[in-house]
Amino acid sequence: MPDGYLQIFIFLAIAIAFPTVTILAAKLIRPSAPSITKLEAYECGIKAASDSRGRYTVRFYIIAILFVIFDVETIFLFPFAVRYKTLGWFGVAEIVVFLAILIVGYVWAWKKGALEWV
Amino acid sequence: MEFIVISLVKAAIVAAVLMTTLAYLQWVERKVIAHIQLRMGPSRVGPHGLLQPLADVIKLITKEDLIPPHVNKFFYLLAPFLAVTMALLSISVIPFGSEVELFGYKTWMQMTDLNVGVLFVLAVSSMGVYGIALAGWASNNKYALLGGLRSSAQMISYELPMSLAIAAPLLLANTLSLREIVQSQGDHLFAWSIFKLPAPQLISFVIFLIAGFAETNRVPFDLPEAENELVAGFHTEYSSMKFAAFFMAEYANMVTVSCMTSILFLGGWQPLFPVSLGSNFVAPALFALGGSLCLYHGLHPARRKDRYTLPVFAAIFFGIALALLAPPVARVVMPLFWFAAKAGFLLFCFIWVRGTLPRFRYDQLMGFAWKFLFPVAVLNLLVTSLLVAVF
Repeated sequence: MPDGYLQIFIFLAIAIAFPTVTILAAKLIRPSAPSITKLEAYECGIKAASDSRGRYTVRFYIIAILFVIFDVETIFLFPFAVRYKTLGWFGVAEIVVFLAILIVGYVWAWKKGALEWV
Repeated sequence: MEFIVISLVKAAIVAAVLMTTLAYLQWVERKVIAHIQLRMGPSRVGPHGLLQPLADVIKLITKEDLIPPHVNKFFYLLAPFLAVTMALLSISVIPFGSEVELFGYKTWMQMTDLNVGVLFVLAVSSMGVYGIALAGWASNNKYALLGGLRSSAQMISYELPMSLAIAAPLLLANTLSLREIVQSQGDHLFAWSIFKLPAPQLISFVIFLIAGFAETNRVPFDLPEAENELVAGFHTEYSSMKFAAFFMAEYANMVTVSCMTSILFLGGWQPLFPVSLGSNFVAPALFALGGSLCLYHGLHPARRKDRYTLPVFAAIFFGIALALLAPPVARVVMPLFWFAAKAGFLLFCFIWVRGTLPRFRYDQLMGFAWKFLFPVAVLNLLVTSLLVAVF
């Protein structure tokens, strides 16, 4: 295993144990008196007309698709930023070309109305 | 063996400090918001309401925990775990201070320094969105579903400007290790990457902070739980400790964002001005000032009991101030003091903004991320890369 990850697993164990222990401890103390009214879906006191598994227009769903593209592109910028000083002017040319392609795609998506309330 | 013991001790200390911070952050928030709105805030439980966090924990533990029959039980139970675990986990790579020698052991005030630290924090904190999206969907409640959907859209949108804003200071630091990022910045204000020539990162700093507010679902971006339209958003159907887990995850994310901002832009544990100009005297001076105030009010008491309690606090403050003047103590505590001061100020900003700004409308919020922050972040990255290359 690479160096330095053991501590992460130790902390992960603490981070998992903490909610587990508190939720289980609460189970021993808290009262439990469910009733039909309490167990209804909360809709401000009105009886729920239907459950939420119906059809529903998800706004901005195109943004979720755009996000995948742009996020992968930004992740490419990280290794590039780390090696920037060694790459020199070649690196500068590369980042300008890379970001230019990104911007062209971005402007196209904007003009197509992908960033609007659809 | 020794290594494992040190790691366990560090993990225990970090976890204990983090839990206390999270509990009291909520007290600080209520108190600050109250004073912004000309109220007193919590004041009944203990002096100045200082035992309020304890009372809240007892209340939350003893509350009935309803699991409605219409939920998708596995994901309903998984969501709070996911949210709080991922929120706590990203603290494990944060460097709180420089290298110290304690009881003969040389160690860093950091649990572990990964060579991909920045990516680790980004990856782990973006796992948090699953907690919220799953909670919204699994609750099978219309308000919760809307809150979860909004939250996912918002968090993925603001992640782009955030990672672009991180990339710009990385051009200066040329490393992904959080410790080396701090080391690449100097020990005064104009050597921090926010003001460092040739490419001051002021714009990235602002973008990162705004995106941080959005990622943690805080005002003015708290749409997932906009209470006047969505009741409580994604955690409408959660009660008792499961609700507390979401609450805690939000505060832990706030702490992470504040720590990351101070590491990337504000020089981490580096002081505001060099030690040679006396930056080691700032903390003792603050404590001495606090001690003097306590002493003054103890001598001119507003209430009868102040005559006895405040001089005790004054003595404690003066004692701490004197202890901080000792060089071995100063070497250990000063980096921690500067880091805590920066992160604490940013946390105060989170609360301050909550007391000041109204909430965005949903389409304004998305438009702001995609049509303003994203192009500005790209331009800032281009300008930074050119400035770094030319000079």
